[in-house]
Amino acid sequence: MVKITFVSASGARTELDVSEGTSIMQAAVQNGVDGVIGECGGAAMCATCHVHIDPAFADKVQPIADIEEAMLDCAMSPVDARSRLGCQIALGPELDGVIVHLPPSQ
Amino acid sequence: MTNSDSLDRPVLDIDPFSRESMDNPIALDEAIRAAGPIAWVPKYGFWITGHDAVVREVFEDWRRFSSAFGTGLTNVVTEEPWRKPSSILEADPPIHTPNRKVLAKVLSPSALRKMADDFRAEADRMVDALLQQDTVDLASDLAFAFPFKVLPDAVGLQPSGRHHLMPYSTLNFNAMGPKNERYHAARKIVEEQGTFEYVAAQMAEENLLPGGFGEEIYAAAHRGEISLEDAGMLVRAFISAGIDTTVFGIGIAIKALIENPAQWDKLRADPSLARAAFEEGLRWYAPSPVIGRTTSGPTELAGVQLGGGEKVMMWLGAANRDPARWEDPDTYDISRRTVGHLAFGTGIHGCVGQMVARLEAESVLGALARKVAKIELIGTPERVYINWLRGYHALPARLTPA
Repeated sequence: MVKITFVSASGARTELDVSEGTSIMQAAVQNGVDGVIGECGGAAMCATCHVHIDPAFADKVQPIADIEEAMLDCAMSPVDARSRLGCQIALGPELDGVIVHLPPSQ
Repeated sequence: MTNSDSLDRPVLDIDPFSRESMDNPIALDEAIRAAGPIAWVPKYGFWITGHDAVVREVFEDWRRFSSAFGTGLTNVVTEEPWRKPSSILEADPPIHTPNRKVLAKVLSPSALRKMADDFRAEADRMVDALLQQDTVDLASDLAFAFPFKVLPDAVGLQPSGRHHLMPYSTLNFNAMGPKNERYHAARKIVEEQGTFEYVAAQMAEENLLPGGFGEEIYAAAHRGEISLEDAGMLVRAFISAGIDTTVFGIGIAIKALIENPAQWDKLRADPSLARAAFEEGLRWYAPSPVIGRTTSGPTELAGVQLGGGEKVMMWLGAANRDPARWEDPDTYDISRRTVGHLAFGTGIHGCVGQMVARLEAESVLGALARKVAKIELIGTPERVYINWLRGYHALPARLTPA
């Protein structure tokens, strides 16, 4: 299991334990965390699972792919250097304890 | 239910493309699920799975489960395909990657936001016109008419010759299945009408109207992102796969809403559920119920040994009602959280047009919800018989204005 904490735009925290290999988007959607939609189901087509990875884990997440980077341009909320699509990040042991900040809108 | 053959394979002795199977689609889906995680279908010589977890494993591993040999029954490498294989659907990375990138950008949410107002206005106009009539056919006059207008316009197809679009698409989706009488009949129509010539001409840059997806695809080719030939192939992908699937998906949602009045009431009370009503319709009864892959070598799947070069058919219609994944799977419920249904596929080949389809469906269902109080069926819905698709040709109805 991998521990993940979602922090909503208003500061509400949700801590979850999910199976290894689950994506950040799936972790949120399967556990009813508001603030992540994941409309396309994980195909990097909709930009509704935009998240900000906490700086402490910046060097532990897989590098961003071209398709993901292009899709982030379509996100509703402002994108910064820590922005990722939650569907493109699988939660492995190196991300145990990761903190993920949610944008105000998707 | 399931036996084993001499190679010790679990066997499911069905013909998913028979008239009887097509007339009893839910029973077919149940039989596929009941056969276990994966089984061999001897009539055609392919594997079949209708379990959510197995389908997901196949979709997410293109190295083991290739698209380059075709996603239908035909192995497009070792057998003769009916046309040149697609550079996006019937391809693996690295060939697939630049093509996918171009289409994903052309069809991105921000590109579609610019079209949303036009789509909604067109849907409003169509529903207003239907409300002037005594009786209507919601399959042909709306579920078909709307995508058939807005999608070719959005691509930049010429206004003339569009009567070729449906016969071509029908042939495409029949050709994914067995070369049976449906395939031959569809092929005959296309040949007699000169549809292949139309499609070839319409793929050419000089025949695309400015301001459409087609022009943007060719712009990417001129920037060197893909070849000019591939640009033409991507335009062809819209003609092949961009209309029928959406048409039947919208019709399925309309029929589901008519047959489930509580869900229709929910949608009328909150028309912003239009997208959810479509999405749940896709989960509940997928218009494109099956898609295949080919094993790139011997591999194990769900504890069963598969040989190399074997077809694996993912029965999405069955997987989308897998009780291991979905609570109360047979119920059409527009309040359901549908994320993760498989009607669009998932992984690197997940439907690239899915955001356009959602926008089209949302426009149509939203217009109905706002303008129509009651929809009554006044005749029997007529099923389509296309090997690779499900949906309705006719939904005769009477509308009561809101």
